[in-house]
Amino acid sequence: MAAEGSGIDPMHQFLVEPVLGRHLVLHGYDISFTNSALFMVITAAVLWIFMLGGMQRKLVPGRWQAAVEGMTGFVADMMNTNIGPKGKAFTPYVFSLFMFILFANLIGLFPLGIVPGWHPFTVTSHITVTAVLAFVSFGIVLLVGFAKHGLHFFSLFVPHGTPWYIAIIVTPIELMSFLVRPFSLGLRLFVAMTAGHILLDVFASFVVQGLNSGSAMGGTVSVLSFIMIIGVSALELLVSAIQAYVFALLTSLYLNDAINLH
Amino acid sequence: MDVTSAKMIGAGLAAIGVGLAALGVGNVFGSFLEGALRNPGAADGQQGRLFIGFAAAELLGLIAFVIAILILFVVK
Repeated sequence: MAAEGSGIDPMHQFLVEPVLGRHLVLHGYDISFTNSALFMVITAAVLWIFMLGGMQRKLVPGRWQAAVEGMTGFVADMMNTNIGPKGKAFTPYVFSLFMFILFANLIGLFPLGIVPGWHPFTVTSHITVTAVLAFVSFGIVLLVGFAKHGLHFFSLFVPHGTPWYIAIIVTPIELMSFLVRPFSLGLRLFVAMTAGHILLDVFASFVVQGLNSGSAMGGTVSVLSFIMIIGVSALELLVSAIQAYVFALLTSLYLNDAINLH
Repeated sequence: MDVTSAKMIGAGLAAIGVGLAALGVGNVFGSFLEGALRNPGAADGQQGRLFIGFAAAELLGLIAFVIAILILFVVK
Protein backbone atom coordinates (compact mmCIF):
# COMPACT_ATOMS: atom_id res chain seq x y z
CA MET A 1 0.00 0.00 0.00
CA ALA A 2 2.69 2.46 1.04
CA ALA A 3 4.63 2.19 -2.20
CA GLU A 4 3.17 -0.04 -4.87
CA GLY A 5 5.46 -0.90 -7.72
CA SER A 6 8.66 0.32 -6.06
CA GLY A 7 9.05 -2.94 -4.14
CA ILE A 8 9.06 -1.62 -0.57
CA ASP A 9 6.82 -3.73 1.63
CA PRO A 10 7.75 -2.85 5.21
CA MET A 11 4.80 -4.80 6.62
CA HIS A 12 5.93 -8.17 5.26
CA GLN A 13 8.33 -8.70 8.17
CA PHE A 14 5.39 -8.87 10.58
CA LEU A 15 3.69 -11.72 8.74
CA VAL A 16 2.91 -14.67 11.01
CA GLU A 17 3.34 -17.87 9.01
CA PRO A 18 3.89 -21.56 9.77
CA VAL A 19 7.55 -22.51 10.13
CA LEU A 20 7.24 -25.69 8.07
CA GLY A 21 5.34 -23.98 5.26
CA ARG A 22 1.99 -25.69 5.60
CA HIS A 23 -0.96 -24.91 7.81
CA LEU A 24 -2.20 -27.39 10.37
CA VAL A 25 -5.92 -26.90 10.75
CA LEU A 26 -7.92 -28.57 13.51
CA HIS A 27 -11.69 -28.06 13.62
CA GLY A 28 -11.43 -24.79 11.76
CA TYR A 29 -8.61 -23.40 13.93
CA ASP A 30 -5.11 -22.92 12.59
CA ILE A 31 -2.83 -24.55 15.16
CA SER A 32 0.38 -24.72 13.10
CA PHE A 33 3.71 -23.88 14.74
CA THR A 34 4.35 -20.33 13.51
CA ASN A 35 7.47 -18.19 13.40
CA SER A 36 5.95 -16.17 16.25
CA ALA A 37 5.78 -19.28 18.43
CA LEU A 38 9.29 -20.29 17.34
CA PHE A 39 10.76 -16.95 18.39
CA MET A 40 8.92 -17.06 21.71
CA VAL A 41 10.49 -20.48 22.33
CA ILE A 42 13.92 -19.12 21.32
CA THR A 43 13.45 -16.15 23.67
CA ALA A 44 12.48 -18.41 26.56
CA ALA A 45 15.39 -20.76 25.83
CA VAL A 46 17.96 -17.93 25.66
CA LEU A 47 16.55 -16.48 28.87
CA TRP A 48 16.74 -19.90 30.52
CA ILE A 49 20.38 -20.37 29.49
CA PHE A 50 21.21 -16.84 30.66
CA MET A 51 19.69 -17.44 34.07
CA LEU A 52 21.13 -20.94 34.40
CA GLY A 53 24.64 -19.65 33.78
CA GLY A 54 24.19 -17.00 36.42
CA MET A 55 22.73 -19.01 39.29
CA GLN A 56 26.01 -20.31 40.68
CA ARG A 57 25.96 -18.93 44.22
CA LYS A 58 29.67 -18.15 44.13
CA LEU A 59 30.81 -15.81 46.85
CA VAL A 60 32.89 -13.80 44.37
CA PRO A 61 30.71 -13.65 41.25
CA GLY A 62 32.21 -14.13 37.81
CA ARG A 63 31.20 -11.98 34.86
CA TRP A 64 28.11 -14.01 34.00
CA GLN A 65 26.86 -14.23 37.55
CA ALA A 66 27.49 -10.51 38.01
CA ALA A 67 25.37 -9.78 34.91
CA VAL A 68 22.45 -11.87 36.21
CA GLU A 69 22.77 -10.40 39.69
CA GLY A 70 22.81 -6.92 38.19
CA MET A 71 19.50 -7.65 36.47
CA THR A 72 17.82 -9.18 39.52
CA GLY A 73 19.16 -6.41 41.73
CA PHE A 74 17.87 -3.77 39.33
CA VAL A 75 14.31 -5.17 39.35
CA ALA A 76 14.32 -5.82 43.09
CA ASP A 77 15.46 -2.24 43.65
CA MET A 78 12.71 -0.88 41.43
CA MET A 79 10.06 -2.93 43.27
CA ASN A 80 11.39 -1.77 46.61
CA THR A 81 11.32 1.94 45.76
CA ASN A 82 7.88 1.78 44.10
CA ILE A 83 5.98 -0.59 46.38
CA GLY A 84 8.03 -1.05 49.52
CA PRO A 85 8.69 -4.30 51.40
CA LYS A 86 5.26 -5.70 50.47
CA GLY A 87 6.30 -5.72 46.83
CA LYS A 88 8.86 -8.45 47.36
CA ALA A 89 6.30 -11.18 46.62
CA PHE A 90 5.77 -9.78 43.11
CA THR A 91 9.42 -9.33 42.20
CA PRO A 92 9.67 -12.73 40.40
CA TYR A 93 6.69 -11.89 38.19
CA VAL A 94 7.94 -8.42 37.25
CA PHE A 95 11.44 -9.80 36.71
CA SER A 96 10.16 -12.49 34.31
CA LEU A 97 8.10 -9.87 32.49
CA PHE A 98 11.04 -7.49 32.18
CA MET A 99 13.51 -10.13 31.02
CA PHE A 100 11.12 -11.74 28.54
CA ILE A 101 10.26 -8.42 26.90
CA LEU A 102 13.90 -7.31 26.90
CA PHE A 103 15.13 -10.55 25.33
CA ALA A 104 12.26 -10.67 22.82
CA ASN A 105 13.03 -7.09 21.72
CA LEU A 106 16.76 -7.74 21.42
CA ILE A 107 16.35 -11.07 19.58
CA GLY A 108 14.00 -9.29 17.17
CA LEU A 109 16.83 -6.89 16.34
CA PHE A 110 19.36 -9.69 15.92
CA PRO A 111 20.64 -9.78 12.30
CA LEU A 112 19.34 -13.28 11.62
CA GLY A 113 18.50 -12.32 8.03
CA ILE A 114 22.11 -12.94 6.94
CA VAL A 115 21.51 -16.67 7.43
CA PRO A 116 19.82 -17.84 4.20
CA GLY A 117 16.21 -18.85 4.66
CA TRP A 118 15.88 -17.21 8.08
CA HIS A 119 13.79 -14.18 8.85
CA PRO A 120 14.08 -12.42 12.17
CA PHE A 121 10.75 -11.92 13.87
CA THR A 122 9.99 -9.61 16.77
CA VAL A 123 7.50 -11.28 19.08
CA THR A 124 6.65 -8.00 20.81
CA SER A 125 5.71 -6.28 17.55
CA HIS A 126 2.34 -8.02 17.69
CA ILE A 127 -0.44 -6.65 19.82
CA THR A 128 -1.74 -10.16 20.48
CA VAL A 129 1.45 -10.89 22.46
CA THR A 130 1.85 -7.54 24.22
CA ALA A 131 -1.85 -7.30 25.04
CA VAL A 132 -1.77 -10.73 26.71
CA LEU A 133 1.22 -9.63 28.81
CA ALA A 134 -0.61 -6.41 29.71
CA PHE A 135 -3.83 -8.24 30.58
CA VAL A 136 -1.95 -10.67 32.81
CA SER A 137 -0.47 -7.69 34.66
CA PHE A 138 -3.88 -6.03 34.91
CA GLY A 139 -5.48 -9.29 36.06
CA ILE A 140 -2.92 -9.66 38.82
CA VAL A 141 -3.60 -6.06 39.90
CA LEU A 142 -7.35 -6.76 40.06
CA LEU A 143 -6.91 -10.08 41.89
CA VAL A 144 -4.50 -8.64 44.45
CA GLY A 145 -6.57 -5.50 44.92
CA PHE A 146 -9.85 -7.31 45.55
CA ALA A 147 -8.24 -10.07 47.62
CA LYS A 148 -6.42 -7.59 49.86
CA HIS A 149 -9.00 -4.83 50.23
CA GLY A 150 -12.30 -6.37 49.15
CA LEU A 151 -14.82 -3.80 47.95
CA HIS A 152 -12.71 -1.13 49.63
CA PHE A 153 -10.53 -1.38 46.51
CA PHE A 154 -13.00 0.96 44.77
CA SER A 155 -11.77 3.79 47.00
CA LEU A 156 -8.87 3.89 44.52
CA PHE A 157 -11.12 5.94 42.26
CA VAL A 158 -11.74 8.65 44.84
CA PRO A 159 -8.52 10.47 45.69
CA HIS A 160 -8.04 11.08 49.39
CA GLY A 161 -9.72 14.19 50.76
CA THR A 162 -11.72 15.11 47.66
CA PRO A 163 -14.84 17.23 48.30
CA TRP A 164 -17.99 15.49 47.07
CA TYR A 165 -18.73 17.95 44.26
CA ILE A 166 -15.28 17.39 42.79
CA ALA A 167 -15.48 13.64 43.42
CA ILE A 168 -18.49 13.47 41.09
CA ILE A 169 -16.27 14.67 38.25
CA VAL A 170 -13.01 13.00 39.28
CA THR A 171 -14.33 9.48 39.94
CA PRO A 172 -15.41 8.73 36.34
CA ILE A 173 -12.11 10.12 35.06
CA GLU A 174 -10.13 7.96 37.49
CA LEU A 175 -12.24 4.93 36.51
CA MET A 176 -11.58 5.55 32.82
CA SER A 177 -7.86 6.01 33.35
CA PHE A 178 -7.81 2.78 35.36
CA LEU A 179 -9.67 0.82 32.70
CA VAL A 180 -7.50 2.16 29.85
CA ARG A 181 -4.28 0.97 31.57
CA PRO A 182 -4.00 -2.52 30.04
CA PHE A 183 -4.63 -1.16 26.55
CA SER A 184 -2.10 1.65 26.84
CA LEU A 185 0.43 -0.76 28.38
CA GLY A 186 0.15 -3.25 25.53
CA LEU A 187 -0.18 -0.62 22.81
CA ARG A 188 2.95 1.27 23.84
CA LEU A 189 5.27 -1.72 23.53
CA PHE A 190 3.66 -2.99 20.33
CA VAL A 191 3.75 0.36 18.52
CA ALA A 192 7.26 1.27 19.63
CA MET A 193 8.65 -2.00 18.28
CA THR A 194 6.56 -1.94 15.09
CA ALA A 195 7.49 1.66 14.25
CA GLY A 196 11.21 1.01 14.73
CA HIS A 197 11.18 -2.09 12.55
CA ILE A 198 9.24 -0.33 9.76
CA LEU A 199 11.82 2.47 9.85
CA LEU A 200 14.74 0.02 9.63
CA ASP A 201 13.05 -1.86 6.78
CA VAL A 202 12.37 1.32 4.78
CA PHE A 203 15.97 2.51 5.07
CA ALA A 204 17.26 -0.97 4.21
CA SER A 205 15.18 -0.91 1.02
CA PHE A 206 16.65 2.51 0.20
CA VAL A 207 20.16 1.01 0.41
CA VAL A 208 19.30 -1.84 -1.96
CA GLN A 209 17.35 0.30 -4.43
CA GLY A 210 20.00 3.02 -4.44
CA LEU A 211 22.70 0.47 -5.32
CA ASN A 212 20.51 -1.13 -7.98
CA SER A 213 19.81 2.18 -9.71
CA GLY A 214 23.50 2.44 -10.63
CA SER A 215 23.58 6.24 -10.74
CA ALA A 216 25.77 8.49 -8.58
CA MET A 217 22.65 9.91 -6.95
CA GLY A 218 21.47 6.40 -6.04
CA GLY A 219 24.87 5.58 -4.58
CA THR A 220 24.79 8.70 -2.40
CA VAL A 221 21.31 7.88 -1.13
CA SER A 222 22.46 4.34 -0.46
CA VAL A 223 25.47 5.40 1.63
CA LEU A 224 23.47 7.98 3.56
CA SER A 225 20.72 5.44 4.27
CA PHE A 226 23.29 2.93 5.47
CA ILE A 227 24.72 5.47 7.94
CA MET A 228 21.16 6.18 9.03
CA ILE A 229 20.52 2.45 9.60
CA ILE A 230 23.51 2.28 11.97
CA GLY A 231 22.12 5.21 13.94
CA VAL A 232 18.57 3.89 14.00
CA SER A 233 19.82 0.44 15.07
CA ALA A 234 21.58 2.01 18.05
CA LEU A 235 18.42 3.95 18.87
CA GLU A 236 16.38 0.75 18.59
CA LEU A 237 18.67 -1.03 21.07
CA LEU A 238 18.01 1.84 23.48
CA VAL A 239 14.26 1.73 22.79
CA SER A 240 14.21 -2.06 23.39
CA ALA A 241 15.67 -1.59 26.84
CA ILE A 242 13.56 1.50 27.67
CA GLN A 243 10.31 -0.14 26.59
CA ALA A 244 11.03 -3.25 28.67
CA TYR A 245 11.87 -1.00 31.62
CA VAL A 246 8.75 1.14 31.16
CA PHE A 247 6.54 -1.97 30.97
CA ALA A 248 8.01 -3.33 34.21
CA LEU A 249 7.92 0.10 35.88
CA LEU A 250 4.26 0.71 35.05
CA THR A 251 3.36 -2.82 36.17
CA SER A 252 5.03 -2.15 39.50
CA LEU A 253 3.18 1.18 39.84
CA TYR A 254 -0.17 -0.45 39.14
CA LEU A 255 0.68 -3.18 41.65
CA ASN A 256 1.50 -0.43 44.14
CA ASP A 257 -2.02 0.98 43.66
CA ALA A 258 -3.48 -2.45 44.33
CA ILE A 259 -1.32 -3.19 47.38
CA ASN A 260 -1.16 0.17 49.14
CA LEU A 261 -4.24 1.92 47.67
CA HIS A 262 -3.50 5.65 47.82
CA MET B 1 -10.80 14.46 -4.38
CA ASP B 2 -10.88 10.67 -4.48
CA VAL B 3 -10.78 8.55 -1.33
CA THR B 4 -7.18 7.34 -1.71
CA SER B 5 -5.65 10.81 -1.82
CA ALA B 6 -7.89 11.93 1.04
CA LYS B 7 -6.58 8.96 3.06
CA MET B 8 -2.98 9.89 2.29
CA ILE B 9 -3.57 13.50 3.38
CA GLY B 10 -5.33 12.31 6.52
CA ALA B 11 -2.45 9.99 7.41
CA GLY B 12 0.00 12.85 6.86
CA LEU B 13 -2.03 15.09 9.14
CA ALA B 14 -2.14 12.36 11.79
CA ALA B 15 1.65 12.15 11.63
CA ILE B 16 1.88 15.75 12.92
CA GLY B 17 0.94 14.34 16.32
CA VAL B 18 4.10 12.23 16.35
CA GLY B 19 6.22 15.36 15.98
CA LEU B 20 4.30 17.09 18.75
CA ALA B 21 4.91 14.11 21.05
CA ALA B 22 8.61 14.51 20.26
CA LEU B 23 8.37 18.02 21.72
CA GLY B 24 6.74 16.53 24.81
CA VAL B 25 9.38 13.85 25.29
CA GLY B 26 12.14 16.40 24.77
CA ASN B 27 10.51 18.65 27.34
CA VAL B 28 10.35 15.79 29.88
CA PHE B 29 14.04 14.97 29.57
CA GLY B 30 15.08 18.61 29.25
CA SER B 31 13.27 19.65 32.40
CA PHE B 32 14.64 16.64 34.24
CA LEU B 33 18.19 17.52 33.23
CA GLU B 34 17.65 21.13 34.24
CA GLY B 35 16.50 20.07 37.69
CA ALA B 36 19.11 17.34 37.99
CA LEU B 37 21.98 19.72 37.31
CA ARG B 38 20.76 22.02 40.03
CA ASN B 39 20.49 19.25 42.58
CA PRO B 40 22.42 16.17 41.40
CA GLY B 41 21.97 14.45 44.75
CA ALA B 42 18.21 14.17 44.32
CA ALA B 43 18.35 13.15 40.64
CA ASP B 44 18.83 9.39 41.07
CA GLY B 45 15.74 9.01 43.22
CA GLN B 46 13.54 10.63 40.58
CA GLN B 47 14.45 8.34 37.69
CA GLY B 48 11.22 6.35 38.02
CA ARG B 49 9.14 9.52 37.72
CA LEU B 50 11.23 10.60 34.74
CA PHE B 51 10.28 7.44 32.90
CA ILE B 52 6.61 7.70 33.89
CA GLY B 53 6.53 11.16 32.33
CA PHE B 54 8.39 9.86 29.32
CA ALA B 55 5.94 6.96 28.93
CA ALA B 56 2.90 9.23 29.19
CA ALA B 57 4.23 11.74 26.65
CA GLU B 58 5.42 9.04 24.29
CA LEU B 59 2.12 7.15 24.36
CA LEU B 60 0.25 10.05 22.75
CA GLY B 61 2.73 10.14 19.88
CA LEU B 62 2.43 6.39 19.43
CA ILE B 63 -1.35 6.71 19.35
CA ALA B 64 -1.01 9.32 16.57
CA PHE B 65 1.16 6.80 14.71
CA VAL B 66 -1.48 4.10 15.18
CA ILE B 67 -4.15 6.46 13.82
CA ALA B 68 -2.00 7.14 10.75
CA ILE B 69 -1.50 3.39 10.19
CA LEU B 70 -5.22 2.72 10.68
CA ILE B 71 -6.12 5.40 8.14
CA LEU B 72 -3.63 4.02 5.62
CA PHE B 73 -4.23 0.29 5.95
CA VAL B 74 -7.57 -0.36 7.63
CA VAL B 75 -10.02 2.37 6.62
CA LYS B 76 -11.74 1.35 3.41
